[in-house]
Amino acid sequence: MLYIKCPHCGLRSQNEFSYGGDATVKRPELNKEVSDQNWDNFVYLRKSPRGKHLELWQHISGCRQWIKVERDTLTHEIFKTLKANEEL
Amino acid sequence: MSENYRLEKGGLINRNKKIKFKFNGKKYFGYEGDTLASALLANGVHLVGRSFKYHRPRGFFGAGVDEPYAIVQMNRNNEVDPNVRATEQELFEGLEAKSVNCWPNVNFDIGAINNFLNKFFPAGFYYKTFMWPKSFWYKIYEPIIRKAAGFGAASIKHDKERYEHKYEYCDLLIAGTGPSGLASAYAAAQNGARVILAEDKSRIGGSLLVNEVTIGNQSGQEWAEKIISELKSMPNVIIKNRSQVFGYYDHNMLVMSERVSDHLPKTDKYTPKQRLWYIRAKEVIISSGSIERPLVFGNNDTPGVMLSSAAKEYLKVYGVLVGKKPIIFTNNDSGYETAIEFKKNGIDPLILDSRKNPDSEIIKEAKDLEISIKFSYVVVAANGYKKVNSANIAKISDDKKIISNIESIKCDCICVSGFWTPTIHLASQSGNKTKFNEEIDAFVPSKSKQKETTLGSANGVFTLEETLKTSFEKGSELSKQITNKENKVSIPTVVEKKSSKHDKFWCVPLPEGKNYKRFLDFQNDVSVSDIQLALREGYRSIEHVKRYTTLGMATDQGKTSNLNGLQLVSEVENKVVPQVGHTTFRPPYTPVAIGAIVGREVGKHSKPTRKSPMHYWHEKNNAVFVDAGVWLRPRYYKQGNENLFEASKREAKNVRQNVGVCDVTTLGKIDIKGPDAAEFLNRVYTNAWLKLPVGKARYGVMLREDGIVMDDGTTTRISENHYHMTTTTAQAANVLSHLEYYLQLVWPELNVNVVSSTEQWAGAAIAGPKSRDVLQRLFPDLDVSKEGLPFMGYMEGNLFGVNAKIFRISFSGELAYEVNVESDNGNFMWEKIMEIGKEFNIQPYGTEALSTLRIEMGHVAGSELDGRTIPYDNSLEGLVSKKKDFIGKRSLSKKAFIEPDRQKVVGVVPLDKKTSIPEGSYIVKDAKAKLPNPKLGHVSASCWSVEYDNPFSLAIIKDGKNMIGQKLFAMSPLKNKTIPVEIVSSHYVDPKGERVRS
Repeated sequence: MLYIKCPHCGLRSQNEFSYGGDATVKRPELNKEVSDQNWDNFVYLRKSPRGKHLELWQHISGCRQWIKVERDTLTHEIFKTLKANEEL
Repeated sequence: MSENYRLEKGGLINRNKKIKFKFNGKKYFGYEGDTLASALLANGVHLVGRSFKYHRPRGFFGAGVDEPYAIVQMNRNNEVDPNVRATEQELFEGLEAKSVNCWPNVNFDIGAINNFLNKFFPAGFYYKTFMWPKSFWYKIYEPIIRKAAGFGAASIKHDKERYEHKYEYCDLLIAGTGPSGLASAYAAAQNGARVILAEDKSRIGGSLLVNEVTIGNQSGQEWAEKIISELKSMPNVIIKNRSQVFGYYDHNMLVMSERVSDHLPKTDKYTPKQRLWYIRAKEVIISSGSIERPLVFGNNDTPGVMLSSAAKEYLKVYGVLVGKKPIIFTNNDSGYETAIEFKKNGIDPLILDSRKNPDSEIIKEAKDLEISIKFSYVVVAANGYKKVNSANIAKISDDKKIISNIESIKCDCICVSGFWTPTIHLASQSGNKTKFNEEIDAFVPSKSKQKETTLGSANGVFTLEETLKTSFEKGSELSKQITNKENKVSIPTVVEKKSSKHDKFWCVPLPEGKNYKRFLDFQNDVSVSDIQLALREGYRSIEHVKRYTTLGMATDQGKTSNLNGLQLVSEVENKVVPQVGHTTFRPPYTPVAIGAIVGREVGKHSKPTRKSPMHYWHEKNNAVFVDAGVWLRPRYYKQGNENLFEASKREAKNVRQNVGVCDVTTLGKIDIKGPDAAEFLNRVYTNAWLKLPVGKARYGVMLREDGIVMDDGTTTRISENHYHMTTTTAQAANVLSHLEYYLQLVWPELNVNVVSSTEQWAGAAIAGPKSRDVLQRLFPDLDVSKEGLPFMGYMEGNLFGVNAKIFRISFSGELAYEVNVESDNGNFMWEKIMEIGKEFNIQPYGTEALSTLRIEMGHVAGSELDGRTIPYDNSLEGLVSKKKDFIGKRSLSKKAFIEPDRQKVVGVVPLDKKTSIPEGSYIVKDAKAKLPNPKLGHVSASCWSVEYDNPFSLAIIKDGKNMIGQKLFAMSPLKNKTIPVEIVSSHYVDPKGERVRS
């Protein structure tokens, strides 16, 4: 079980969090033209890296904040955690 | 029966307390402090089971977790406990156990015929033999193999025992209470660290309990007792015996199973049988010790052949002789310690040492005691079937290849010592890349990945002096880093006997013309020839060899066999052991009861149960409940002998004719506030929200980004910047996360806050033509007329002194209102509604009637919004704004979503107006078409229409728009039903929606 440092609450066990996928995906802006290809990429295409991955987690059983976690998908090492509005 | 093999005195057992027990139906006795194994050995019982494949007789091989043989089936407290190691099971009054893997009994086992057919059971036997004919596998081969193999039988009854979970955090977790564990715990505790010290056995002290050493001016055992009593008095130390740390997981999370009650005749009412500890440790010290390695020779699995360290433990801890005419077969000095113990207790052992001319303090001591020793001697084979009765011994050449001078010597046990294997399981599980230590011919931990340190013999250090020194130092150093405190402890002086070097020899060659089975893996009957065969057949990777031959598998996971297996592979392959590598060590280190893993999360406790504030009223009024997500909701209220069908029909009918009241507390509620709330809702929902006036509710549908409907519900504008959103019961949590996602990550510029208020409000839906009359009586001061409170209107009122929110919304399709009050007042509200509604024939209705009412109205719900449908499919396209953008809009223009024959929800009525259509039925054109019959869609929800008194269903079918009026078939292969049906509009009742607006 991972030990994730919530930037708001501190170190907490994984079972307080839920996983939210790739944190680098940006939603196309509202009311702007998006090509089929770009829209499909946004909705469906995700990388599955072996190694460092910036991902979203939500501290659902804690502060309910969405946070960013930089984690190694192979070793589970967590390098950094960030608030939703912070960048690496 | 008397105990013929118990010494007059000695051991750590309580001789004042005799304990009676039964094994295979026969009565014996032992003493408090015995294990089942030691008590049986005291009674001279060596035959305890049959082996996995050949059904060869099995005795005891070890004295602890490494035991590959003595696996028994326990009957404790009227519960069956399979797969129990007799070497770990402590004796209690009335214990009952029996042998496994034998039929009809352990003495006469039919399966032993396999032993004589062993030529036909080589490695990979199953893969080679049962391949054809293919159809035989399920019906013939598998059932027979299943019956013949396996250790014990699990009960198919519900396990009545209680198991629990515990979460703990500490600075240092120390696994193992031998010298390294005690020393490091002591040093760490002195520095103020929070320490958990775990021991698998019931007695703390590890090797100090059996080794003749002096620490300071005390014996090892006395020193251990002193340390333990000091540690026990410290508030920062938790000591747990009978507790196995079996798994090392990510981020220094370790799991330990504590056998709380397994040593007692029955579990106390308020204690669990076992407890699983999830421990998050800042640092871990692995002081798990080492396990003696067997030597390999002919018939080395015969009962009476056992580890020399086990024989010593039975002597020193339990005062039990494993034999009275022992042969000690060793390649190192450890065997001498066992021999000396035998000698001290009046037994004359014979030592066979594979080494040519070793010399050390302990060998000298043995010589001084006049113990017979033969150097350059080996056991070639053990003789005897159910118990060893003699050994063929021989001289071995210096290169260990040629044996000569074979003679037979009488004996009743053979104690083997092939040196020591560090227990590196936890270190390896943590990600530590182990390395091979040539000095000790074994793997030891090297570079840590997590915060762990291995000490003592687990790290390949076999002298007490060095172990204590490094353990005190490490315990102090690691804890100091955490607590920033340092209380120096002085390292005591140690007196121990110096050992000479062990011999790398481990496997006795076969004598000419003999074809003895020489076992490597004792639990799985894997012999030297099996591994040789696998290698001849081309298996190279040690992982493949393991799986093909089953070397190192099953409950003991090769604790005694792995290294010898590796040595053999390396010999045959002409590689060095580190090139061969070892198989992956995976948790659990020892078997863990499924019950312990599940803990308290069984049955009703597998998830929390939520009850509405009116729950007890429902209970008192004969409600039959149903699980709705995590909620318990009344399904129907039983009157007299009514069944579900009759009651729900009555309830639904009463709503259509008079008035009903339904507990809708479970609906998800989200409070939304902020100046940008309207804009936010406008982006979340498919329809327009900017112009919703204060005091009005609106129905809305929200999508996922892929265009699929996520949820629906009504949202009410309470005030300018304050909205009250409702969600379906099931999706409440997901919708909240969804909203938070967009507010926190996608549109952080929106000034909006959301919070769940589901539990703050109790809700009652009052529905039916007479609902306005009831409402008027509830709120006499309010104008609740058609004009005063129109459809989708909202007002606040005072319900006999209680603040209430009134929404004119309807799920039933009737004139209806939802009244919300603060949860604490829920029951008060409900009772008032029932009291006032009495004269209008009000009746409570449950979820079954609720479903009936919505289905015949054609209102879509969870069964249609099933994560596969878009708004169009649910006839909700009218709610999809063309003007504004919203979540998921871009996906709705996908080709598949705009196909002209896109699926759509329709109504389905059986032609005979009698036969109910099972939910999940397929809709097909031709009931007799060849399989697979092309499917047009499926029936999503069924009810008995109370309006028309015939069955009615909703279905989602292809080109539904153009199917109205068609005669088709509903097929349910599950229920074996084919029903001719007609497709009708999904709005079966009141298609214009006049009633809700009345």
